[in-house]
Amino acid sequence: MGPPALYALLMLAVPLATIFAYTFWTQDGLTIDRTLTFSNYREAFNDPLYRQLMLRSVWIAGAVTLATVMTAFPIAYFVSFHVPQRRKALWIFLITIPFWTSYLIRVFLWKVILGYNGVLNTTLLGLGIIDEPLSFILYNANAVVITLAHAFAPFAILPIFVALEKIDRSLLEASRDLGETHLTTFLRVTLPLAMPGIVAAALIVFIPTIGDYVTPRLVGGPDGLMIANMIQTQYLRLNDAPMGATLAVLAMAIVAVISALVFLASRLTARIWA
Amino acid sequence: MSGPIVALKGVHKSYGDYHALRGIDLEIGAGEFFSLLGPSGCGKTTLLRTIAGFEDASEGRVLLDGRDMAGVPANRRPTNMVFQTYAVFPHLSVAENVGFGLRRSQMPKPERARAVEAMLEQVGLGGLGRRAAHALSGGQRQRVALARALILKPKVLLLDEPLSALDRKLREQMQHELRSLQRQVGITFILVTHDQEEALIMSDRIAVMFEGLIAQLATPEDIYNRPVDRRVAEFIGVMNLLRAEIRRNGSGIEAEIEGLGTVPIEARQVPGGLTGAATAGLRPETLTVLYEGQPDRGRVTHGNIEEETYYGDMTYYGVRLDGTDRPVTISMRNLPGRDILDPGTRTRVAWSPEALIFFP
Repeated sequence: MGPPALYALLMLAVPLATIFAYTFWTQDGLTIDRTLTFSNYREAFNDPLYRQLMLRSVWIAGAVTLATVMTAFPIAYFVSFHVPQRRKALWIFLITIPFWTSYLIRVFLWKVILGYNGVLNTTLLGLGIIDEPLSFILYNANAVVITLAHAFAPFAILPIFVALEKIDRSLLEASRDLGETHLTTFLRVTLPLAMPGIVAAALIVFIPTIGDYVTPRLVGGPDGLMIANMIQTQYLRLNDAPMGATLAVLAMAIVAVISALVFLASRLTARIWA
Repeated sequence: MSGPIVALKGVHKSYGDYHALRGIDLEIGAGEFFSLLGPSGCGKTTLLRTIAGFEDASEGRVLLDGRDMAGVPANRRPTNMVFQTYAVFPHLSVAENVGFGLRRSQMPKPERARAVEAMLEQVGLGGLGRRAAHALSGGQRQRVALARALILKPKVLLLDEPLSALDRKLREQMQHELRSLQRQVGITFILVTHDQEEALIMSDRIAVMFEGLIAQLATPEDIYNRPVDRRVAEFIGVMNLLRAEIRRNGSGIEAEIEGLGTVPIEARQVPGGLTGAATAGLRPETLTVLYEGQPDRGRVTHGNIEEETYYGDMTYYGVRLDGTDRPVTISMRNLPGRDILDPGTRTRVAWSPEALIFFP
């Protein structure tokens, strides 16, 4: 067995197998009862709290993905199609600058921006656009979506940018030459050819956000908590590693299924589109 | 009798200080196979893109079928283009590529499918409609690009160096196919090429371009046999250039040419009443290396063979004529029993004054 395989085994397979094994064991006070059982899964499926957190995680991650890709696409498009070739690298570099600071600091800064007496509210109040501070932007799911959408922006911009860069510009001219307008050329040529980048961006954003627990803890309030917060609670507060492992495996399974569906759907729509 | 299908009047195109086109006047008739020939950077592709509507002329007018194209975008012009890279849509099948432009037409779906199939048949891609575009060879891509443009029945088909990416054999085959396809469909073809042989083989007329201007506009034969200046002469095929002195006296014109001597010439060989210092041009096939034992014929001069290049059917000799400082190129057919002469051989060279062309 070569070193890469050994590395993969130690760093991926063994930890995953350990987590998976835990899901069939139970916590018995301070010790682990290693009798095989499905009781963790039964509980996970039957407890409405877990189901609600799971659904909310999928919903928030989906909203974050949509928001991130929708805002990343115009930026990637602009840099790829309207920035002169020699400045593109500089633009991409500038886009990543906000992400040199710690993730945690950026989440705290969003609290400063979105808070009751935050930058956004005082500005809007000062301009006379609103009469009282907006409260629906912090300590709820909206705040989680805004913060995560910002945090993952470069991870969405880059793959879309790369996909757009790979489009042979003469294809766009060919489409124009064959009678299509700028808009229909975008729909019939640019968008389908950018699709692999868009799907990659969506998966890159969706997969880590569904398991995020820092942002929901800091800006989510009680209504913005997600499944990862519950996993953390199970491991660290309730000292129930088997239940935590079970929720983690279920979250992983859901991510796997949704990713597979997104991937297949993109393949299928590409065919139908044509 | 209808007017020209393409008319360009005083077309200029500049990018900042760079002038890509510097006053192009051109009329191309319906059903013509027309070539824009020139070295890279001469403006031929810019001119084609100006006709297609991808570039706007800085000055002058572009008329297609009598209509001024100012402000008409590429998608609304009666032209279609075959791109140098073919620009076959990689996310579509062959049939979808060919039917791409029909989506906008009112044609019902089954009829569209039939039109696509017929077009594929015509360009030799019958039965390949379902093939993915990225699984095609270079030659097949080219046919897809051609079919995709021709199916829209444009008034003018624009071809931007469509054969330059193909290997030699396939290129020669496609040259003949393109020519016969053009005769079949009767559409005006405008071909951009830097390959003089390609232009000579395929065109009804050729415009030779240098530095944003048309240097000569004529039939392939005239371009080859009667180039207007040295640039055209040297760009098309091989032309031997020799220093000459043209003198006019009472009875006619005579020219003294280095290495060849003084000969009487006719007025048609001298453009614009040229006298004094000039350059004489001779094509390689108008000179003959005489073998030992062959009798003199026509006018004969002497020289040394300095180089020999074997091409299979032909051998090209570089022969330095006595009294000259650089060799002239002479092409000889390789006939059975005719030896290839080695460099260093002393030889007689036969030539005839009628083949001479003079340039300022």
